[in-house]
Amino acid sequence: MAKYLLKRLAYIIVSLFFIITITFFLMQAAPGGPFASEKKLTPALEEQMNEAYGLNDPLYEQYFNYLVNAFTFDFGPSFKYVGQDVIEIITRSFPYSLILGIESILIALSIGVLLGVIAAVKHNKFGDYTAMVIAVLGISVPSFIMATVLQYIFAIKLGALPVARFESFAHTILPAIALATTPLAFIARLMRSSMLDVLNSDYIKTAKSKGLGQRVVTYKHGLRNAILPVVSYLGPLVVSILTGSFIIESIFGIPGLGSEFVVSVTNRDYTVIMGTTVFFSVLLLVSILLVDLLYGLVDPRIKVAGKGGK
Amino acid sequence: MALPQLKDSDFEPLQINDEEAEKIAGESTSYWKDAWRRFRKNKLALFGIVMIVLLGIMSFIGGPISGHNYFDNDLLNANKSPSGEHWFGTDNLGRDIFARTWYGAKISLFIGLMAALIDLVIGIIWGSIAGYFGGKVDEYMMRVADVLYGVPYLLVVILLMVILPQGLWTLIIAMTITGWINMARIVRGQVMQLRSEEYVMASRSLGASNTRLLFKHLVPNTMGPILVTLTLTIPNAIFTEAFLSFLGLGVPAPLASWGTMSSDALQSLQYYPFQLFFPAFFICLTMLAFNVIGDGMRDALDPKERK
Repeated sequence: MAKYLLKRLAYIIVSLFFIITITFFLMQAAPGGPFASEKKLTPALEEQMNEAYGLNDPLYEQYFNYLVNAFTFDFGPSFKYVGQDVIEIITRSFPYSLILGIESILIALSIGVLLGVIAAVKHNKFGDYTAMVIAVLGISVPSFIMATVLQYIFAIKLGALPVARFESFAHTILPAIALATTPLAFIARLMRSSMLDVLNSDYIKTAKSKGLGQRVVTYKHGLRNAILPVVSYLGPLVVSILTGSFIIESIFGIPGLGSEFVVSVTNRDYTVIMGTTVFFSVLLLVSILLVDLLYGLVDPRIKVAGKGGK
Repeated sequence: MALPQLKDSDFEPLQINDEEAEKIAGESTSYWKDAWRRFRKNKLALFGIVMIVLLGIMSFIGGPISGHNYFDNDLLNANKSPSGEHWFGTDNLGRDIFARTWYGAKISLFIGLMAALIDLVIGIIWGSIAGYFGGKVDEYMMRVADVLYGVPYLLVVILLMVILPQGLWTLIIAMTITGWINMARIVRGQVMQLRSEEYVMASRSLGASNTRLLFKHLVPNTMGPILVTLTLTIPNAIFTEAFLSFLGLGVPAPLASWGTMSSDALQSLQYYPFQLFFPAFFICLTMLAFNVIGDGMRDALDPKERK
């Protein structure tokens, strides 16, 4: 187990190293320096700025410094917002994204699993078709369209929920639903097909012939085994929620990390772009590792460590 | 349940006919014929194909039949609701939304197909070589893919779009840089399964070269899963394009894509919701069509799904 964990951690570090290197050199190759836009600076001032931000050092030195700093989560100061460090921006905005993300993961998981189970239990009946129509539509409607439609109907036309911002629980409902749509549909489909597999297996027949009720058989015997593919989907789920947040947060005006990233892209605020990219990557890589470990716990038949673990 | 009435004649031996014995009852079907037969039964998937064909045709004739083009500004007629003159209305610069929608269809379909094709070519080459040679080659090639796979897809695409000059091909390149990995993994898995089959051994003992074995025998036999992955890649690419355009990183103006149109319409959503409706509707319809085709293909081509 320890060996497996070490190997995975090594992978993460290699991936991260790779990401940091790519982002660094991509940003170097980017057209226009950080101070190129807006007001024209006097040459002397620009020289002073470059000196202050370390842009006059040779490239390899800048790269090396960046690499060392990145591993201590020090991404340097923002180029656009004077006096703010990238890490400050991240710590300020991340909690919003975290709350929103957790909410939508909960929505996607609970409703997705429920729809999938209904579809499997009512196989080829009305319930199945309804659930699957919802699922196919959910996959086909991109999150940003879902978001605008929800915003238009519930906030603008009906006035039932707030249009934007992030102040109370009511503010989070629409964005969380919009963010959850696509993963919800995926989970429903996954759940349906694995539940169908499980319900046709022998031990379910045994349980039924023992005289157990439909409910006990479905929920106690079936669900526990059928939910495994959903557990392995949790990694991609986190990815999907995170990237979805870029647009959803912008649409709903939520000051989270996703919209911060989008703003930094539009502003060409290189240090913030690099910092958030690295931060997102760490988050993703770690959560995928956690999901793999969790999978081993949920399903004792699977030894994540491969041959070892005797 | 009543038993069928049996007569004495039912117990007499049948006449033996040597010619009849060799006859094969059903018409012999190939893998593809069989798959097509199953696919045809899937009404939803057929609907998807019809939709895509219609969208394809409209993307070429839609502009001309409306009598407008996608880039002419007409500020006097800005933000008009759908009418006899402008079938889908006009946008904030007075451009005809009908013409723009079909021009957007062309762009979206082109990006989707192109990205999927490039993924396909790179994925097949990479995956089949790794799977076929195995051992160290496989180890190194797949390690590269693993590391790239750990890099969040959309972040890379966004980074590239920031750096590279905006344009159609930039978008396609950005999407394929990490997009091929999925395809490569699937091809590799398939090739690894197949390479120890007897027909491969037979061909090898007849002196076939590696290239011939790979591309004449192995790759054609993995076509089923490859095609399914391909069809499911297309809606993904279309979505990514719309997503990036929505963020303002997509195709540059005045080119129209459904993503840019939706994002433009968002500003005046409160007053002119129809401007968002049309592009959004067609994004959803296209993704729906490709998704149901992909599902239908998986059911038809995946031997595990056979009943």
